[in-house]
Amino acid sequence: MHSLLGVLFDGLAYGSLLFVISVGLSITLGLMGFNNLAHGVFAMAGGYLLVTLMGAAGLGFLPALPIVFCAVALGSLVLERTLYRPLYKSTPLIQVLLSVGIIFVATAGANFMFGSGQQPVVIPEWLGGQLSFLGLDLSRYRLFLMAIVAAITAGLVFGLERTRFGAKIRASVDNQRMAESMGIRVDRVFQLTFALGSGLAGLGGALGVDVLGLDPSFAVKYLVYFLLVVVVGGPGSVFGTLLAALLLGVADVAGKYYVPQFGAFIIYAAMIILLLLFPHGLLGRRKSK
Amino acid sequence: MNPILQTRDLWKAFGGLIVTKNVNLSLARGARHALIGPNGAGKTTLINQLTGVLRPSSGQVFLDGEDITRIPPNARVHRGLSRTFQINTLFPRLTPLEAVTNSILVRERKGLNIIKRRVFGVSRRVNHVDEAYHLLEQLNLAKDCLVETHTLAYGKQRLLEMALALAAKPKVLLLDEPAAGVPEGESDELFAVLNSLPKEISILLIEHDMNLVFNFADRITVLVNGEELVTGTPTEIAEDPRVREVYLGKGH
Amino acid sequence: MSEKLSRASNHLTFLRTLERWKPAEIVFWVALVAVQFVFPTSLVFASQILITGLFALSLDMLLGYAGIVTLGHAAFFGIGAYTAGLLAAHGWQDPLLGLVVAGAAAGIAGYLSSFLLSRGGDLTRLMITLGIGLLLFEVANSAASITGGVDGLQGVAVGKLLGLFAFDLYGKTAYAYVLVVSFLLFAFVRSMMHSPYGLALRSMRENQVRALAVGIPINAVLTNIYTLAAVIAGIAGALLTQTTQFVGIDVLSFQRSADLLVMLIIGGTATLYGGFVGAAAFMMVQDRLSNLNPQYWQFFLGVLLIVMTLYLRGGLLGGLGRLAALCKRRRDKERS
Repeated sequence: MHSLLGVLFDGLAYGSLLFVISVGLSITLGLMGFNNLAHGVFAMAGGYLLVTLMGAAGLGFLPALPIVFCAVALGSLVLERTLYRPLYKSTPLIQVLLSVGIIFVATAGANFMFGSGQQPVVIPEWLGGQLSFLGLDLSRYRLFLMAIVAAITAGLVFGLERTRFGAKIRASVDNQRMAESMGIRVDRVFQLTFALGSGLAGLGGALGVDVLGLDPSFAVKYLVYFLLVVVVGGPGSVFGTLLAALLLGVADVAGKYYVPQFGAFIIYAAMIILLLLFPHGLLGRRKSK
Repeated sequence: MNPILQTRDLWKAFGGLIVTKNVNLSLARGARHALIGPNGAGKTTLINQLTGVLRPSSGQVFLDGEDITRIPPNARVHRGLSRTFQINTLFPRLTPLEAVTNSILVRERKGLNIIKRRVFGVSRRVNHVDEAYHLLEQLNLAKDCLVETHTLAYGKQRLLEMALALAAKPKVLLLDEPAAGVPEGESDELFAVLNSLPKEISILLIEHDMNLVFNFADRITVLVNGEELVTGTPTEIAEDPRVREVYLGKGH
Repeated sequence: MSEKLSRASNHLTFLRTLERWKPAEIVFWVALVAVQFVFPTSLVFASQILITGLFALSLDMLLGYAGIVTLGHAAFFGIGAYTAGLLAAHGWQDPLLGLVVAGAAAGIAGYLSSFLLSRGGDLTRLMITLGIGLLLFEVANSAASITGGVDGLQGVAVGKLLGLFAFDLYGKTAYAYVLVVSFLLFAFVRSMMHSPYGLALRSMRENQVRALAVGIPINAVLTNIYTLAAVIAGIAGALLTQTTQFVGIDVLSFQRSADLLVMLIIGGTATLYGGFVGAAAFMMVQDRLSNLNPQYWQFFLGVLLIVMTLYLRGGLLGGLGRLAALCKRRRDKERS
């Protein structure tokens, strides 16, 4: 019984991370239909930046996080301008190739600068260790993760539903042409959303160093997970993405805990079945083009 | 004689939105039948149900007496139901000759054995290629038939729309706004082609251009909010007060 | 409309020219035969290039001609490789039998998985192909008692070709064998792409909505081409097993699918030769650069991909074609 709750807890924490990283990709896909397989690169960049800031620059964990968010968001704006924007109207194949190229460059770059090993990160003391709750030993860091994700989700939902900018995003996702004719500058909306999503991915990557690990193959290793979260959740849907991320997190942790001999088999099988059952995602909107 | 194309109590709803409401359309053999109605009347949705791209919520579609409601779109083409598209829906990197030959070879698929279909080159189908060329010639496309489609002028692409549909030797041809977007000066060519189509082909025409409709059609159906408002001869329609109200009354 | 055209018809000549074997093509295959005698020391490497080229050709059928993007094509290559390997390791050592069975096994897998592709959009399809590839890798990894897992399948002993030619260490038999099989399959695929079926396939790639409206049964054709491409990928996998007498688990890896896609793009899609040219360029540069430092290779490849997607569509053969067209236009201008 305890192990069941423990697996559930770890799975939710893991799913929370997947959500923070993937939500930007979901919006990119929903808004512009851009197949950005290289989204994990932003998370990886966030992780390395955190390690560098804490190591070389001697910054604390908490102050480093906002810097990571802003730096990755700004960096992604440059990429959006130079690489992504020219290919919005291209075929999926071209977009896939571009993102594979970006992944290759990022992997080789990380290898060159940081070496191929796992990067260590020192979690501040007050976040380390366990917290006993109703007889369960819960990791403080994972609790911290879930709290952050809850805050981010609340912020995103509030931002999307209650602010002017959020309304513009929703209008653009629903019907781009209509939004344009109403005077919304969809490209500007997209640019800001892209930066926000990438910043969140960077933040997720930084938060995840302790849980997901960090080495140059990060972007490839977790590619399937990010895509899966988005595709299953339905591109463009924040709640769908959250639901899918949590489900996937729990399923993956449970699989590895109870039937380790199957390895990643379960996650791939689940993905194929879910995609066949819900070709447009769990809570996906059908886009009419 | 029974009608060549007929719908019986056709009904289509997307969730709570009813887009086709009890439509009983009947296309007589050899007819030049026009379907008109204001924007959003459900004309294209109706065409999509006739061709099988959309499945109606209830009701039936008959082609030459046969119930084709559950038959997929490609099989309807083989039974003689062809269409053109309002927005050019062509093969950009095929030449018109290849595209029309393709339509003809698909039509003749049953007549070719597996070797002829899979291994021997298209150029061996001399008769079919010639047929394609003749068809293109009739539509004034012969000169442009060896360049890739995306390089053709817009008006020529509209003609190719027709050629692709005609190559299937249809009994019924559904024309979805054939003149859409064609500038005034170039539309004569298109109208001439329309008027020269043989009488064996029954035509259902969707069109906004009232000049074209009243010159071309011998029967007109007015569709409003997914419902058939009235069907009659051009004179009857022109004098019908309800039609006037739909088109003029609301500031159209 | 059906009366024969009596005068010399331009349009037929046009189609015939498209279908005829061009001098450059004949030179290409003659050159491949010449490799056997001119580079007797590099035949092992040359046969691997050719095998990869054949594998890329099977991807071109899907990507270039049918317009299906897949990230899991290595699945069929791997099935073919393991089938041939397991057959040979369990006593059925005739290479041709191995090819046929491997092709059939991959074909069945392709046929079955094609039904998973008929739903959803491009991204869903992409994910399903990716998922199938990763899934098979995990299966091969877990079933180590049968496949040898990460250590690879050992004890693959292949018999004499036609009972006459043994596979030697220098790859003489292997190269000739691979070349003949590749050419036969290539000729088959080539004629198929110029046939009415190939035309229908290309029209589907260009516009699915219209292809359906013209009367092409899209799902049936998809199933069909997916199965055929899987058969050829399976045969390529079997060739690799038989010529190296070993099956590594990397035959099923994501890297192999991704590299293959890159090779085909470098060479040029929908050209039939793009796969071979791309495989040769890719593998030769990789061979040089990886010896220097594997990270350089990956970095270089990434930059190349980015530049190609932004500026150089059509790959090497597309570029050559454009160059040829430019020269022709210049010549025409001079003449007039």
